[in-house]
Amino acid sequence: MQISQERCIGCGNCTYVCPMGAIYIDPATRKATINDDACVECYACYNGLSREVLPPRTARIARRIASKLLLRFEPDPDICPTSAFEPNELTWPRVVRRAFSDPRVPHESTGIVGRGTEEVKTNDVSARIGVGEVGFTIEFGRPGVGARFRDVQEMSRALAAIGVAFEKKNPVTSMMTDTTTGDIREDVLDEKVMSAILEIKVGVERTEEIIRTVWAVEKRLDTIVVLGVGTRCDDEGEETVVAPILERLGYTLHRAKTNLGLGRSVLREIAS
Amino acid sequence: MTNTLHRYGTAESFVDDYVVIAIPTKGGQTGGDPLPALRRFHEIALDYHPVSLGDAIKGGSFRPTRHRSMWQHFFEERPSAPDFDEVIDTIESPTTFSVVFDNRENAQAFVSRIADEDFGLSINVSSSIANGQNCCKAANLTRHSVAYSLGYEGMPDNLPNRHAMMLSTMCGHGMISLSLAKKMIDYVKENRIKPDAAVATLGRFCSCGIFNPSRAKRILKQARTGGF
Repeated sequence: MQISQERCIGCGNCTYVCPMGAIYIDPATRKATINDDACVECYACYNGLSREVLPPRTARIARRIASKLLLRFEPDPDICPTSAFEPNELTWPRVVRRAFSDPRVPHESTGIVGRGTEEVKTNDVSARIGVGEVGFTIEFGRPGVGARFRDVQEMSRALAAIGVAFEKKNPVTSMMTDTTTGDIREDVLDEKVMSAILEIKVGVERTEEIIRTVWAVEKRLDTIVVLGVGTRCDDEGEETVVAPILERLGYTLHRAKTNLGLGRSVLREIAS
Repeated sequence: MTNTLHRYGTAESFVDDYVVIAIPTKGGQTGGDPLPALRRFHEIALDYHPVSLGDAIKGGSFRPTRHRSMWQHFFEERPSAPDFDEVIDTIESPTTFSVVFDNRENAQAFVSRIADEDFGLSINVSSSIANGQNCCKAANLTRHSVAYSLGYEGMPDNLPNRHAMMLSTMCGHGMISLSLAKKMIDYVKENRIKPDAAVATLGRFCSCGIFNPSRAKRILKQARTGGF
């Protein structure tokens, strides 16, 4: 992403909307500027900011006059008043940033379409997580911190070392050069993304081992880790196996995604 | 990403937060066109008073405005209410569709109706664990699977600026920045902006419609008087 220095009037609205805090007003130019290393190419600025088309020169003069009179030129906080944001063409490996950060683009760079797998959201059709199994999503970077693949690799290596297999259809797995060691390709290790998720599946008896491994590694990482744990319910719709393990480990379970079991392999035909 | 799972807050803070998700299985379904079913999912939702809806490609019911003339800056008021018709009118391709409710009655009635419709789509409820269970019971369904959020490692529920965290993490794609959430809280505290306008400002950054404007409004009002 880039900001047109001809169009920007330095109002500062965009500095707040960047999830990574990568935009600032350069004191020398008084224009908004992007720290390219911190930017994850999520396009929140380009897609989320409303756009107006005020003439930049007039708007600058109006701002200066208002300032002299101790008044403020204050467009709504989610507006770029001069439509100054301009996407630029991304090349490898920077294109990886957008694939993992902009939710509206598919993972073309990784060969995986979509944000990742559907976890247990479609487990009623895919049967990805079976009885006695636990699926983990180990997510890095949210909220508002971002993650570099070097940190993700530290976790993937630790998990590979204890014999865990990574979900094949996951975008991070597709970036690995060796899934048995958890090594991620060298040329993307310093790339920063909004969020990356490692996905694994193990027998329920390994739940505690996985969590303790994650705890040991996450303390060394310069990012935030959040865990999701998916499993099958029993025939009565109860889940009495995994939750007690998690609670014993000190977690208070607040929130969950519940699959209602309504999915089928053949959809009902509905007239368009 | 796990869009709705990792919302920051205690179970009590999800009392008005029910996200119902419909999703076709990638490569899993062997027959049927998911798009008409997904469209019906949204159309039916309108009968149950949702507070937001959207799809993962075209966006939610709060959308950024695009001016073509400079005069619109002076003479055009920007909408602060969700536009459900635009969401349905712009449906283009099958993806994850979501509907958000702010009360138990409407959420449960909608889930029961969707169960009766028997589309064959996978349907998930993302909320507190109890809310998800209650939706199942109301529709006479047994839960198939469950995905627990274990929360952000190392972050307790009583962080400073927790209200900003609650607002920001309502977009699981990370599109609502913490800084903007804090700015909106500050604007509401200063009475520079009404909570409805602050909610719309935040909601325009949500790229798939799972942002809950009712919960956001409640959080903003709590933050206005409640300290950090």
